Amino acid sequence: MKLVEHFVEGLTSPICLTWELTYACNLSCVHCLSSSGRRDPNELSTDEAKAVIDELQRMQVFYVNIGGGEPTVRSDFWELLDYAIAHDVGVKFSTNGVKLDKARAAQLAATDYVDVQISLDGATAEVNDHVRGPGSYATAIRAMENLYEAGFGQFKISVVVTRHNVDQLDDFKAIADRYGAQLRITRFRPSGRGADSWDELHPTREQQRQLYDWLVARGEDVLTGDSFFHLSAFGEELPGLNLCGAGRVVCLIDPVGDVYACPFAIHEQFLAGNVRSEGGFTTVWQDSELFAELRGPQSGGACTKCSHYDACQGGCMAAKFFTGLPLDGPDPECVLGNGERELAKLEMDAVIPKPSLDHSHRTSPQKKDAGGPVPLTLSVRRPDRACDSDPLAGEGTRLPAGIRVG
Amino acid sequence: MTTTAAGAGPKAAPAGVDDFDADAPYRISGSVSVRPESFGALVYDFHTRRLSFLKTRALVRVVEALADQPDVHGALEVAEVPAHQRQQYLKALAGLAKAGTIQPRSTTEGDTTS
Repeated sequence: MKLVEHFVEGLTSPICLTWELTYACNLSCVHCLSSSGRRDPNELSTDEAKAVIDELQRMQVFYVNIGGGEPTVRSDFWELLDYAIAHDVGVKFSTNGVKLDKARAAQLAATDYVDVQISLDGATAEVNDHVRGPGSYATAIRAMENLYEAGFGQFKISVVVTRHNVDQLDDFKAIADRYGAQLRITRFRPSGRGADSWDELHPTREQQRQLYDWLVARGEDVLTGDSFFHLSAFGEELPGLNLCGAGRVVCLIDPVGDVYACPFAIHEQFLAGNVRSEGGFTTVWQDSELFAELRGPQSGGACTKCSHYDACQGGCMAAKFFTGLPLDGPDPECVLGNGERELAKLEMDAVIPKPSLDHSHRTSPQKKDAGGPVPLTLSVRRPDRACDSDPLAGEGTRLPAGIRVG
Repeated sequence: MTTTAAGAGPKAAPAGVDDFDADAPYRISGSVSVRPESFGALVYDFHTRRLSFLKTRALVRVVEALADQPDVHGALEVAEVPAHQRQQYLKALAGLAKAGTIQPRSTTEGDTTS
């Protein structure tokens, strides 16, 4: 049995796990995958969060990707960070940088086993702030400067690729180089508020090709979280697992302890259980019916007849779901155009699933040309669909990003 | 858990990583954690953040036996790796040494603090 087949059937513990610590956020990004903004009153307490960390330690989950919301606005964030590291659970956290002043940057630089990911969705303030809100570019850059000056080392700059920033990939790389950071780019998905901004922001078919060509030419030391595997149908397979890891090797724990198959699938249909229930996270991971189903044989529908099916595996489950396409149908961004054709066929009155939760700020939406006061707030967050770590191992080919299996 | 991040000291580049010596004693590096899986094990190095795989259970036994054996051959013996496969295993172990997953230890048998 090949290694990848073991992954398909699921592992005893996740390889990596995304944990949104809070739905609270100082921003209101228009593409926020978790529709964050307001704190949920039912959020896990400090003690409950520590109990989850204890469990992750027992399960030997090597590291967690912490996000939100903006995780650093939780007052116990730094305490939980230290607790996780002291319990052999490495932490990579995503932030918009709002709390990363010089003192915090110095503290982080002195902490082992922590990685920091600064979210940035435009290489210029204009492009970034359009999506992430006024002032968010300056905040992110200031945080990068602080980390750089504190000698943190290689932090990550995390970019969601959109129609507006796909031409800036070289510029993002230059920013990363300037601060000794590593660039990480991931796929935009129609999850959370991303469903509302999808039509405006998702890259066009021509841009998908452009992105693919850039990854092939320049992607060697750029992380992707394995998120562009649907582009492999353009030609050679991109480095990484090229497999949807939802419920198999990744999952999401949300701020109230709900466990979902993946960070982009906050919907009751992908809810596997809650860490507060008896048996905790371990039982959810190992025994949930949903995860058992995801680890079983999947129907690829008409896609299985496509010569590129082996490369793209039908694409992203969440992207299909939140655009109203069937899970055994094509990805909405299928590079052959099958997704667009299927979307065009959807009835006008087709019911497109909405996220089950919405913690958005109750302010009026940000207006592009509004001259008046700007609703401040946005949200941050970049979940981490798959692991960045290189696999390798006696025999496997070492690749720059993602899990590569022979 | 075999070794943990908490057990990791300041990490100097292990001596001799480029010239793997099967006659010398080795051990799992202090910053490396090994998690058993049905196919073998997942290996994570908290220092390099690199995730890798031990693709057979026998290889897991070998790696775990290293610390208690006077040399690599002893670990292959204890793990009952058939003679005809040993060359292949030595090659895999050399790869693990190069990646820093395993490292030479001092000659004191069972010492895990080199």
